[in-house]
Amino acid sequence: MFRRSLNRFCAGEEKRVGTRTVFVGNHPVSETEAYVAQRFCDNRIVSSKYTLWNFLPKNLFEQFRRIANFYFLIIFLVQVTVDTPTSPVTSGLPLFFVITVTAIKQGYEDWLRHRADNEVNKSTVYIIENAKRVRKESEKIKVGDVVEVQADETFPCDLILLSSCTTDGTCYVTTASLDGESNCKTHYAVRDTIALCTAESIDTLRAAIECEQPQPDLYKFVGRINIYSNSLEAVARSLGPENLLLKGATLKNTEKIYGVAVYTGMETKMALNYQGKSQKRSAVEKSINAFLIVYLFILLTKAAVCTTLKYVWQSTPYNDEPWYNQKTQKERETLKVLKMFTDFLSFMVLFNFIIPVSMYVTVEMQKFLGSFFISWDKDFYDEEINEGALVNTSDLNEELGQVDYVFTDKTGTLTENSMEFIECCIDGHKYKGVTQEVDGLSQTDGPLTCFDKADKNREELFLRALCLCHTVEIKTNDAVDGATESAELTYISSSPDEIALVKGAKKYGFTFLGNRNGHMRVENQRKEVEEYELLHTLNFDAVRRRMSVIVKTQEGDILLFCKGADSAVFPRVQNHEIELTKVHVERNAMDGYRTLCVAFKEIAPDDYERINRQLIEAKMALQDREEKMEKVFDDIETNMNLIGATAVEDKAWTEHQEYGLIIDGSTLSLILNSSQDSSSNNYKNIFLQICMKCTAVLCCRMAPLQKAQIVRMVKNLKGSPITLSIGDGANDVSMILESHVGIGIKGKEGRQAARNSDYSVPKFKHLKKLLLAHGHLYYVRIAHLVQYFFYKNLCFILPQFLYQFFCGFSQQPLYDAAYLTMYNICFTSLPILAYSLLEQHINIDTLTSDPRLYMKISGNAMLQLGPFLYWTFLAAFEGTVFFFGTYFLFQTASLEENGKVYGNWTFGTIVFTVLVFTVTLKLALDTRFWTWINHFVIWGSLAFYVFFSFFWGGIIWPFLKQQRMYFVFAQMLSSVSTWLAIILLIFISLFPEILLIVLKNVRRRSARRNLSCRRASDSLSARPSVRPLLLRTFSDESNVL
Amino acid sequence: MAMNYNAKDEVDGGPPCAPGGTAKTRRPDNTAFKQQRLPAWQPILTAGTVLPIFFIIGLIFIPIGIGIFVTSNNIREIEGNVFMYYGLSNFYQNHRRYVKSRDDSQLNGDSSALLNPSKECEPYRRNEDKPIAPCGAIANSMFNDTLELFLIGNDSYPVPITLKKKGIAWWTDKNVKFRNPPGGDNLEERFKGTTKPVNWLKPVYMLDSDPDNNGFINEDFIVWMRTAALPTFRKLYRLIERKSDLHPTLPAGRYSLNITYNYPVHYFDGRKRMILSTISWMGGKNPFLGIAYIAVGSISFLLGVVLLVINHKYRNSSNTADITI
Repeated sequence: MFRRSLNRFCAGEEKRVGTRTVFVGNHPVSETEAYVAQRFCDNRIVSSKYTLWNFLPKNLFEQFRRIANFYFLIIFLVQVTVDTPTSPVTSGLPLFFVITVTAIKQGYEDWLRHRADNEVNKSTVYIIENAKRVRKESEKIKVGDVVEVQADETFPCDLILLSSCTTDGTCYVTTASLDGESNCKTHYAVRDTIALCTAESIDTLRAAIECEQPQPDLYKFVGRINIYSNSLEAVARSLGPENLLLKGATLKNTEKIYGVAVYTGMETKMALNYQGKSQKRSAVEKSINAFLIVYLFILLTKAAVCTTLKYVWQSTPYNDEPWYNQKTQKERETLKVLKMFTDFLSFMVLFNFIIPVSMYVTVEMQKFLGSFFISWDKDFYDEEINEGALVNTSDLNEELGQVDYVFTDKTGTLTENSMEFIECCIDGHKYKGVTQEVDGLSQTDGPLTCFDKADKNREELFLRALCLCHTVEIKTNDAVDGATESAELTYISSSPDEIALVKGAKKYGFTFLGNRNGHMRVENQRKEVEEYELLHTLNFDAVRRRMSVIVKTQEGDILLFCKGADSAVFPRVQNHEIELTKVHVERNAMDGYRTLCVAFKEIAPDDYERINRQLIEAKMALQDREEKMEKVFDDIETNMNLIGATAVEDKAWTEHQEYGLIIDGSTLSLILNSSQDSSSNNYKNIFLQICMKCTAVLCCRMAPLQKAQIVRMVKNLKGSPITLSIGDGANDVSMILESHVGIGIKGKEGRQAARNSDYSVPKFKHLKKLLLAHGHLYYVRIAHLVQYFFYKNLCFILPQFLYQFFCGFSQQPLYDAAYLTMYNICFTSLPILAYSLLEQHINIDTLTSDPRLYMKISGNAMLQLGPFLYWTFLAAFEGTVFFFGTYFLFQTASLEENGKVYGNWTFGTIVFTVLVFTVTLKLALDTRFWTWINHFVIWGSLAFYVFFSFFWGGIIWPFLKQQRMYFVFAQMLSSVSTWLAIILLIFISLFPEILLIVLKNVRRRSARRNLSCRRASDSLSARPSVRPLLLRTFSDESNVL
Repeated sequence: MAMNYNAKDEVDGGPPCAPGGTAKTRRPDNTAFKQQRLPAWQPILTAGTVLPIFFIIGLIFIPIGIGIFVTSNNIREIEGNVFMYYGLSNFYQNHRRYVKSRDDSQLNGDSSALLNPSKECEPYRRNEDKPIAPCGAIANSMFNDTLELFLIGNDSYPVPITLKKKGIAWWTDKNVKFRNPPGGDNLEERFKGTTKPVNWLKPVYMLDSDPDNNGFINEDFIVWMRTAALPTFRKLYRLIERKSDLHPTLPAGRYSLNITYNYPVHYFDGRKRMILSTISWMGGKNPFLGIAYIAVGSISFLLGVVLLVINHKYRNSSNTADITI
């Protein structure tokens, strides 16, 4: 006995393998057996990242893992420790600022998560302890506790239903917040515990539950309950998903239930389905990092070259230490190796402006401020919910312009999720209802338009099949989710199609009246009530794609009705029957209806005995239950007779037809195979190849995690395409988190999707403008911003590098320290920021109406090697022009008419002036959308530079050690030659750019000419055949296809 | 609990920047800025608008270039004021160690800095336990050759040319940036407690007999202290003023240059030069600017012509209007 319990204890310890044993109420199952407390995780949900004490080190560590931050830290430390040409403040202050702001932002976000966690963890629950109802906090629930849940409450953990207030031990549950299905589902208690519906009686239960270790699939659960009555041997009952109440689901229409906790906290199926919110990085950010490495390499090369040349140059003694420029004693005594090292670091510090901190600040600011335009857009405003778009993260704005694949949830996102019965065909004869309602005394064919009539018996058989073969339930009280019809007959079902079918049958005179004591009641056309005993329901599942019921008529005949997808039904019926129906099914499918085939079969009593035995056997199995059941089902559903087919319409939201959505049903089974055993790479490849060839792919009946798996699969394709997921329900959360960009619809199915998304919009149709206009603009803006930043810093630093060749590689800065610091912060920052917020190189309307423009920037086109090299060479050219232009200018004795001479600081200031004007005017040339803000910042920046230079050189600054810049700028401007030189150099620098504009113009014109010729020739084809986006569609609601 | 719920609702539901706030509606403001519809000038850069720029540039730059070139070439005629420069080559005045080796406070007449010069001046900060005035490598290495110019006329004895010492430094340097230490009339007294730079022959207060050109405000000193940008440089040494409009400043004839040679340059493989030059409105002789202007103007003009031809070809063959983004 002890051994057994020890084994159990060990089993409980082993996570994820084997099974776990749960003692109901944490009572030992018998007095003789020693009870060992088991260790499972508690019921606490943790989504936060930091705690109070680990925030600082963890956050700092994560921030400095960013390559740029780490680099700036290194530069700062070098400046602190080594004698460098610039002060440590120049790099330390911006770095400190960036780190602090980021830490505060992340801290605040984590605090919000803590609060949300607490709300869940501290909510009140009732637990039955020692026959008393005890109030507890949700996080205190242990595995094995018996929990009481009342109507409209959310289950605090995964529970096995023990009993409910209803006599038959059922309860209704809606899993809207879990998988998006807002309809009620019925869950059952095990027969032996139904009666225990009070706190006292439930406490007397001695039972142990053996079940599998937690796994994320919401629709799978295998377990067994062993109930120990007072004296007798244990009674074993099987447990399946219909006994399991999931955390996050809500109890509906049932006063209260008792359940025993089997999975708690982070081990609940809900928690396992929600992946951590990982930091998403946009493709642009990856490009930035790549550029950064290139520039880091340039920097290191420059420093290495300078250091080497310095020591080559210094090998001549009079260069190293001429009589006029002696070293201090300390310098002479320093070790040569150490000197070389510090020289190298000094050069690095001198050139480090090539990678500016300010770029990160500007990029962050651009993203943060730019994202407001999304929430400000009135086109995203929806009257119905009185809300506009919402931006949850601004890191991914530009990624919206890069999307290759769109994954969308179907129900509620693409469609309104309201089904309507359209038509049916019976034995190849088409029936289509024209009026909506049945008048009271309908005749046989009353409201129907019959194009051609089938045999009367077949007709009735078909309608009976529709009335019987489903899992619809009747709710007589009002206000139920998924409610339809009048107040007296409300059909509820996990599938809206089934409701549509039952309603359709009603239109033709057969009304389903509900279940009573295991009998299904149907009112026929003659207003007579027929009763059928429901013997078995062969549930729908995604692999079989059909469901069946076995019923017994009042006459004692046993009938099997089956409905399912054509591909699932046709192979199982007589061949000659198929032809007639197939035509209709195919035509309906082409029209975009959801089609179903209906078949039936009579079962002889002897056969039924065998079938019944097999079914019960399979249901009790603890191992491979599903496979066994499937096999039995397969055996039963053969040699059926096809009666007819139905067509149901799922109404689509208006305005998205233009996306050209094509549902390709044949890939369905493949996708499921591949996602279920992801180990087989072969399937995956075939599936992906097919997917790539399709314009759209539809995946059905997916668990949240499977959606994410599909997304991941596409994400990891060659060339790593950018994926976007859009959905409205909690079931879409994992895919929203998995994809590069996640969009939430602020739909009716709760806010989980919107909350976990990166962006949320009220309707699917808003995706169009979000991608085509906003995404495109953001991408162009930020790509230009990044390129421009690297460009302007390369032309900034290159003259300084060249100057080293003329100053004995002594790390002498070309520019004054104030210019070095202010260049990126004040003189050139605002124009590019304004550009990156306001630029519209193409009108928003044009962008929205022509999706071909979107394709132009796909694949991160503006940050590829080509454009990068162009910008780099442009910068190198300009930097060279600045330096050597000024160099040749200085070959004269004097530049002034009074013969006076300029020094090195004037040299630097001329270069710097040309630099500031050139990079600003270069941006002006690129700007295609000049608002007053652009005018203001561009001309304002230049004016500010001039003003600042006068001011900086106009005063003897008491806090400065050296008055290098005193009147340098004013003196410089008093020379006509300098003016002429500055204008000349600016023009030479911009010359290639202007030339390029003209050449592009000519090329575009010739391209347009070709285009117009082509257009004239085939003006018949009105619309371009280019599809804007590839749509990959998921659907989860339907249990029939 | 209720408070929590409300707060949460706000976090989840509200747009990050709830606009307006007067009414309950969350409809975004319909302003031009928020809807990205600010009135904007959208320049259309077509060949038609850009091409004239090429011609205009060409037409402006070429004459300017010719003007500069001609002016620059005329400079050799010794008329008007003549400027006397000395030139040094391979002398790294722009070496970092050298550039920073000065104390501007001391040079500005700050008395505490006079006696306690900045550490940047090392190793030219103190000598024999006395602070050096002016301290630092720049001051220490001041050019101290004396150049004299004589006209050897028809008479056998040479006539010295008057070389003006003042007016060679920047006005702001002479009057603001450089100041002698405060004190009485006696300059030597004001520099009391300091010692001369090691390489100097005379202390700083004996640079010139003119009290307005002595000490830190000696213009030769000020000119030297403005460090040159490149290792080969010229510095203004003297002015030769034109006496009357009738006579050239330096009439044709034989001249002799008398150099008091103090300044060693061969140690660092350097060269010394003396340059006499007149100055035009654009400074000294420099062919670079003129040639560059002519070149750029011509290229611009030529490209304009080429592009015009190309453009014209396309215009002829297509009747579509000029629309470009």
